[in-house]
Formats: sequence, structure tokens, C-alpha cells
Amino acid sequence: MSGPHPLRTLESIALIAIGGFAGANLRFLVARFLPGTGGTLLVNVAGSFVLGFVLYEARYTGILTERARLVLATGFLSSLTTYSTFALQTTLLARPLWMVANVLATYALGFGGVLVGRALARRIGGGYR
Amino acid sequence: MTAIDPAHLVGTGGALGALARVYVSQRFEGEYPVGTLAVNVLGSLALGLVTFAGAGETIVLLVGTGACGSFTTFSSFSFETVRLIEEGEIGRAAVNGLANLVGSLAAIALAWLVVRAVG
Repeated sequence: MSGPHPLRTLESIALIAIGGFAGANLRFLVARFLPGTGGTLLVNVAGSFVLGFVLYEARYTGILTERARLVLATGFLSSLTTYSTFALQTTLLARPLWMVANVLATYALGFGGVLVGRALARRIGGGYR
Repeated sequence: MTAIDPAHLVGTGGALGALARVYVSQRFEGEYPVGTLAVNVLGSLALGLVTFAGAGETIVLLVGTGACGSFTTFSSFSFETVRLIEEGEIGRAAVNGLANLVGSLAAIALAWLVVRAVG
């Protein structure tokens, strides 16, 4: 835990940056084709699903390396998904009912996505642990 | 002024936002996901400031879409909340869900007030 080699740290920084670059651009691309709350909902739910899979996969099978997880989970998926845009878009919705609906839909489908990802990781891992 | 490819602006902001997220969330690391709460609230404040200040397209893409979008995260928030529920910490999961929402919305409201006050 304490004090990784400087090159190791540099490698981690590069992996997170590369993942962040790609994740932000995919989110940007989705927003172009699906502007507004729909596109944000899509990236948040898809990202939660894949993150659920990747992080539970680590627990059940561990096929992915630590570095693959860093670039994919910490870099790419965490940048693909966003809370700030979700919050801003929610405040800019015209009606209170739509605001509540957007929050409930994003939370329910996002949490559901993690659970589906977990179920998939379990299935691949052969049932349990 | 030469136009920079939007993908480069968003990507560069995204890379910096992701690194800043890791840095900030590590400062707050603990038993409960306070790190994610911190980045989500701070990032919402910054996005609110950029948006309400009427920044130009370059800044919006670099800082708003790129940096703030990547600095804040929904997937980690989802995962951490589900994990709390899994551990039977239903109350803490609910507090986490509400704190992220209320904190981020309050940050955006604060950004609006600040921009309005500064004029």
C-alpha cells in the first residue's frame, strides 16, 4: 500500500487519463445524438451496469488485471457517467414532476444496472465467490 | 482564434477531471463513500458556475463537458450505494443517495446565486 514505485504511479496516472479522455468523449458523442436528460440517463445506466460487472468480476473471478480495472473503471466508466450534468439538467427541467421522474428513473435504473452487472459477473464466476 | 477540435477539448478536460477525481476522493477516503459525495458536489458547483456565467463554447467543452463531467461520477455513486444496501446499511444508503442529490442541487443553486450577485 505505502509508496508505490514512481514509474508505477506515472503508469496509473497515464491509464486514468487515457480512460478519462475516452469516457468523456463517448459521453459527448452520446449527448450529440441524444441531447438532454435521455443521453445522460443512457450513459449513467450503461456505465453503472459495466462498472457493476467489472467490480464484482474482481471479487468473483478476477480475470481482469488491476491495470485493466484502473483504465476501465476509474478512468473510462467514471468519466463516461456524470453526476453534475444529471443534477444540472434536473434543475433545468420545466416541471417539478419531471424533476422527480428524472431523479427516480436515473437512480432506479442506475442501481438496477449495478445489480444486473453483478448478476452477470456471478454467472461468469460460476455461481458465487 | 483558432478552433480546437471539440474532441480534444472534451478529452483533455475529461482526463484532467478523472485525475482530479481520484486525487480528491482519496483525500476523503474512509468507511463511507464521502469521496464520491465530495467530487459530485464540487463538480456540480463548478458546472453551475460555468453554465450560468455564460462561458464560451471552448470553456464549456473543456471545463463543463470535459472536466466537470468526468470529475463527477454516477457509476461509482451507484456502485457504492448498492454496496451499502448489500451490507444491510439501508439507512446509510438512503442518506448517501439523498446527500448526493441535495448537495449537488444546492451547489448548483449556490452557483446561480453567485453568478447573479457578481453580475
